[in-house]
Amino acid sequence: MRISPTKFISLLFLVLSVFYLYTAYNIQVFSFDENAPFNARTFPIYLGYAGIFLSFLKIILPEKTTVTVDHKLLDYKSISYIIIISLIYAAVILKIGYFISTSLFLIASYYFLGERRWVWMFLLSFPFVAIFMYLLHGVLNIYLRDPFLKYLGVMG
Amino acid sequence: MIEGILIGLSTALSFTNILMVMIGCFAGTIIGMLPGLGPMTAIALMIPITYGFDPATGLILMAGVYYGAVFGGSTSSILLNAPGVPGTVATAFDGYPMAQQGKAGKALAIAAYSSFAGGTISAIFLLIAAPSLSKVSLSFRSPDYFALMVLGLTAISAFSSKGQFLKAMMMVILGLMLATVGQDSLSDITRFTFNNMNLTDGISFVLIVMATFAMSEALTIIFRGKDPNRAAKQISLTELGSIKVSKEETIKMAKTIPRSSILGFLIGVLPGAGATIASFLAYGMERNYVNDEEKKKFGKGSVHGLSAPETANNAACSGSFVPLLTLGIPGSGTTAVMLGALLGFGIQPGPRLYQTNPEIFWSVIMSMYIGMVILLILNLPLIPYIARILAVPRNFLIPLILFFSVTGIYLMSFNNFDIFLMIGIAVVATFLRLYDFPMPPLILAFVLGGLMEETLRRSLLISNGSPNFLWDRPLTAIILTFTIVIVSWQTYKSFKK
Repeated sequence: MRISPTKFISLLFLVLSVFYLYTAYNIQVFSFDENAPFNARTFPIYLGYAGIFLSFLKIILPEKTTVTVDHKLLDYKSISYIIIISLIYAAVILKIGYFISTSLFLIASYYFLGERRWVWMFLLSFPFVAIFMYLLHGVLNIYLRDPFLKYLGVMG
Repeated sequence: MIEGILIGLSTALSFTNILMVMIGCFAGTIIGMLPGLGPMTAIALMIPITYGFDPATGLILMAGVYYGAVFGGSTSSILLNAPGVPGTVATAFDGYPMAQQGKAGKALAIAAYSSFAGGTISAIFLLIAAPSLSKVSLSFRSPDYFALMVLGLTAISAFSSKGQFLKAMMMVILGLMLATVGQDSLSDITRFTFNNMNLTDGISFVLIVMATFAMSEALTIIFRGKDPNRAAKQISLTELGSIKVSKEETIKMAKTIPRSSILGFLIGVLPGAGATIASFLAYGMERNYVNDEEKKKFGKGSVHGLSAPETANNAACSGSFVPLLTLGIPGSGTTAVMLGALLGFGIQPGPRLYQTNPEIFWSVIMSMYIGMVILLILNLPLIPYIARILAVPRNFLIPLILFFSVTGIYLMSFNNFDIFLMIGIAVVATFLRLYDFPMPPLILAFVLGGLMEETLRRSLLISNGSPNFLWDRPLTAIILTFTIVIVSWQTYKSFKK
């Protein structure tokens, strides 16, 4: 038996709703609130049941329109690269600072999306981020924490 | 009211606010023009920038972005047959054939004039309707608000594309579930945090919007990069033709604009409806109104066919501000984003906004009109230049969208957990989008989640835990009847093959 992707997602949603409902029942409420008409558990419990009901309906009802996605036309390679460099960017942003990490993230993204015009890639990374930081920090007075630039004495 | 208008005018006409409307309209036009990026993405990208401003200025900037993005969406519809936003799909029906006939400049001008007229007429309606509705909505109680939110969430799901009601309702529940993460507002008990301190304050609204729209849009564009059907079919952007509109065409527009404006405004006021439905209905209505000879031109470059949806989608934008400003309940995904931003400024929109913050209430209404004028003055002469933005290579565009998304989140907390969370949600949202699970219901539900729980809590406490509050007040019962009608109709449609 082959299950359609929409029904598979609905099945995952059903599992999520069951887990959510289980967690909702386990929310610790104050003892005096235990039998109150409404406590911290009430709304999540309703939501859990609603999620189970709706996903169950989606699984059992026939699909009027089937969404077909041709996986050969999906660019898994590029999206994987972009997600990986986004994760690396998130991991290093606090350590090496906003300026360098963001500029390197931009250059890497341009490269993995197939760009090879290095002059444009450079202009739209280091100088672009510097101007953006100046606008935020210098003009709008929005603080951007950057240990590297602080070390160099560029930022306070 | 006159006093309010004057307060609004003095705020909206300050140098900073006029500058913000101009920047907003311009930035919105550019972002809205890029296929796949709509007003929600445009506004989401602007939120971090508005942190530095006062609430009125921030909201004025976002309103400018909203109109600009809707207008920008029309440009890509007309030039590329690739609507930037769903609300401009109907614009492409006649706008793109007109462009193919070498009259792209004229089509863009008709779209600009119609947008201006639709937006102006509906801003006047808003001026009249909003204060009266504010007074009426003061009589609303918690059960009425709860019922209204249920109606809004059901309606936005019902108005999703054909056959998507259940999917949209599932997204509503997911949005509400995400809204329950963090401390309970009354008891401070933490829920669904799994002992992670970063989740104690809940998930930020900006994070959800950035993840499900800006970042997920960018990832979707990369993901579908090999699909030839999605590659932009670019017509010659250097030969747009004249932007002059003839007398005969002006007469045609003059007939279409009033009726499409009224229809667009009324549809915009309805919770869950909005620009997309307004534009399609206006297109259909216009085809029924015109004579047989004009009817034949529909789909082949008809002035009526282009003017009607353009007028209606802009009128609906103003209309959608009515429930936001008067009830504090957004009727669409875009106004939900605005509600989130307002809450971030510490302002609770609703009937009391009219009394407590009249400068915000009126300046937003007045800035809408000013925005329309600026949009026309700014965009009409710049059409040939703005159109060139469509040629920006996606290799540069996508990383820049990702950059703005990540920066927006980083600025909020200086915490990389939020960035990881955003990437995770964006990846899930990208896969959900691939299988047509709509995102606007999720955003609306996430924004309304806290308020919905609060009104349900009050209603249940007043009725001592009994569900009687659902029918005790006639207003609550009427609103819930509408909800039941919508659900029944959708269920009937699901079973009818």
